[in-house]
Amino acid sequence: MIVFFYDKTFEGFLTAVFDAYSRKIFPDKLLGEGSIAPMFMEESYTVITQEDRSARVWASLQKKLSKTACNMLNYVWLSEEEGSDDLLFRYIRKVFDNVHSIEMNFGDDDVLQIHQLAKKVAKEELYLKQFIRFQKAADGIYFAPVSPVYNALPLAISHLKDRFSDQRWVVYDLKRKYGYYYDLKTVIEITLTDDEHLLTGKLNDALMAEDEKLFQELWKGYFKSMTIKERINPKLHRQHMPKRFWKYLTEKQ
Amino acid sequence: MNENVLEKLKTLAESAKYDVSCSSSGTVRKNTPGGIGNTVGGMGICHSFTEDGRCVSLLKIMLTNNCIYDCAYCINRRSNDIRRATFTVQELVDLTIEFYRRNYIEGLFLSSGVINNPDYTMERMVRVVKELRTVHRYNGYIHMKSIPGASQELVNAAGLYADRMSVNIEIPTEKNLQLLAPEKDHLSVFKPMKYIQQGMLQSIEERQKFRFAPRFVPAGQSTQMIVGATNESDKDILTLSSALYRRPSMKRVYYSGFIPVNSYDTRLPALKQAPLVRENRLYQADWLMRFYEFRADEIVDDAYPDLDLEIDPKLSWALRHPEMFPVDVNKADYSLILRIPGIGVKSAKLIVTSRRYGKLNAYQLKKMGIVMKKAQYFITCNELPMNTINEVKPEFLRKILTETKKKKGEIDQQQLSIIFPD
Repeated sequence: MIVFFYDKTFEGFLTAVFDAYSRKIFPDKLLGEGSIAPMFMEESYTVITQEDRSARVWASLQKKLSKTACNMLNYVWLSEEEGSDDLLFRYIRKVFDNVHSIEMNFGDDDVLQIHQLAKKVAKEELYLKQFIRFQKAADGIYFAPVSPVYNALPLAISHLKDRFSDQRWVVYDLKRKYGYYYDLKTVIEITLTDDEHLLTGKLNDALMAEDEKLFQELWKGYFKSMTIKERINPKLHRQHMPKRFWKYLTEKQ
Repeated sequence: MNENVLEKLKTLAESAKYDVSCSSSGTVRKNTPGGIGNTVGGMGICHSFTEDGRCVSLLKIMLTNNCIYDCAYCINRRSNDIRRATFTVQELVDLTIEFYRRNYIEGLFLSSGVINNPDYTMERMVRVVKELRTVHRYNGYIHMKSIPGASQELVNAAGLYADRMSVNIEIPTEKNLQLLAPEKDHLSVFKPMKYIQQGMLQSIEERQKFRFAPRFVPAGQSTQMIVGATNESDKDILTLSSALYRRPSMKRVYYSGFIPVNSYDTRLPALKQAPLVRENRLYQADWLMRFYEFRADEIVDDAYPDLDLEIDPKLSWALRHPEMFPVDVNKADYSLILRIPGIGVKSAKLIVTSRRYGKLNAYQLKKMGIVMKKAQYFITCNELPMNTINEVKPEFLRKILTETKKKKGEIDQQQLSIIFPD
């Protein structure tokens, strides 16, 4: 088994693709630096991330693939699934080794898997757009905690920026410990050093804006009144709005 | 904003919830500098789901639930003794903006009971949407009901601010409408529909000449029919829907299973449960007409005026037409593949693009997400021949496919148990 070690960044991954082609050895497995090598390793190689190499691979991918397919690669990378880098590697090899485009060949297992995994991440992105709930803090910043399964937060940012362009907001991923802050002009990535008090996902009453409690009550009251009791269907309810989101949803508190 | 508003909000939400329209799709609008909100188009975004599983995408609310009419099927009829409330324009605008800022909602769905006369009510509603769009520079979604009987001028004014407008037909035939709502007629419904369509087509034409001509109801119109309150067959309902869909502006017809809100009225049927399965089948038939290239008379006809409650309308059509099958997925047209039970629009597209690279077999089809349990009887692919509908016979196939799944731990009736002596 041939193993490549790399630094688990997307640039590192693309450099690995470059190195594999230039050395003409192709890894059976990609592993992060410092992880335990598999038992039957014949050969190993440690990739040193190089900006120019990764840029060349990406440029040539963009030439060979449609825009949708390139986006799909990005989505699959953000899934952070175990083995998704191996899957991407196999896919990229198929792209480069075939004269004709393979991106529509869903009969091929790797192409189909890329498609399906990208769809899952896109679904997570949609979940974020749906279930983010802002709470207005006393200083006028709208705060929303999230903890998506896949690292889909960067994908939803442009949507939030366009939609809430005249209010300052923070969206924070409690699971991956980073977030974004919008200051009415640009969005910047932030990491909070002290996020203990945020872990519940609820702002303290002291931190909350004056009318925030009222609007939460209004929304809860509205949500309750909208239910038609003759049609109660808890299974459908959970199917559309999985339980893992409930802890951050104002109306489910 | 105070506690008083909370009571009003609850009352008016109670009154508005029986309107089923919920979509926030059909138009794209970017935010403007200094404005708030955008409209994403495509699928639309549902922000929450109530415990009955229906989505809360828009703030579905009534301006008032006072009404001069006395329609038998409506909870807000004037002879009902319920709590009445009316929002001021300002309250409603503030609520919408504040909810929107917290990402609770995708936009506003504004409806109203009729006070004084249709034009008076409509004018108040127009003031709400106008204030949202012009004063607050709100670019989110707005769905506005047009009040039956409102004048063309007011419909035209509303159309400039709303994304979608709707007028509800409620009862599919004129005769039954007269029975349940003697003060209304179909003309008062179809007239505003016509106004909306005229305005929309005119705006489309103008925008081809002048790039910045104002948009008019860019997401088209929708309507709603109550199912099960009167004796119409599914054929009547679907024929009317398909006629409506032939109009360029009609985007959606909603079906609302009748919920007996006024059980004391003897003109209405006494139902234990809302006809939920029938409602579901009607939606499936609706989808067949909109996305699967089916005609209404293929789904229901004089021999089968009602939809089969046990199986879905597509399977039901396939069982009635065994001569169309089996379909070779590697050769057949897209429109034929769409007609195979177990294959949806997405799978059909996957098949059509993938088969250019090589013949597909059953394993690949299964992986793509095709429901082989159903589809296997209707297709041939790059595989040894299997039993299709023509060998199995439709009657027996129906039996196989409607068999209820055995629950875990349930004992098979035909299996003899081994009894171990103690």
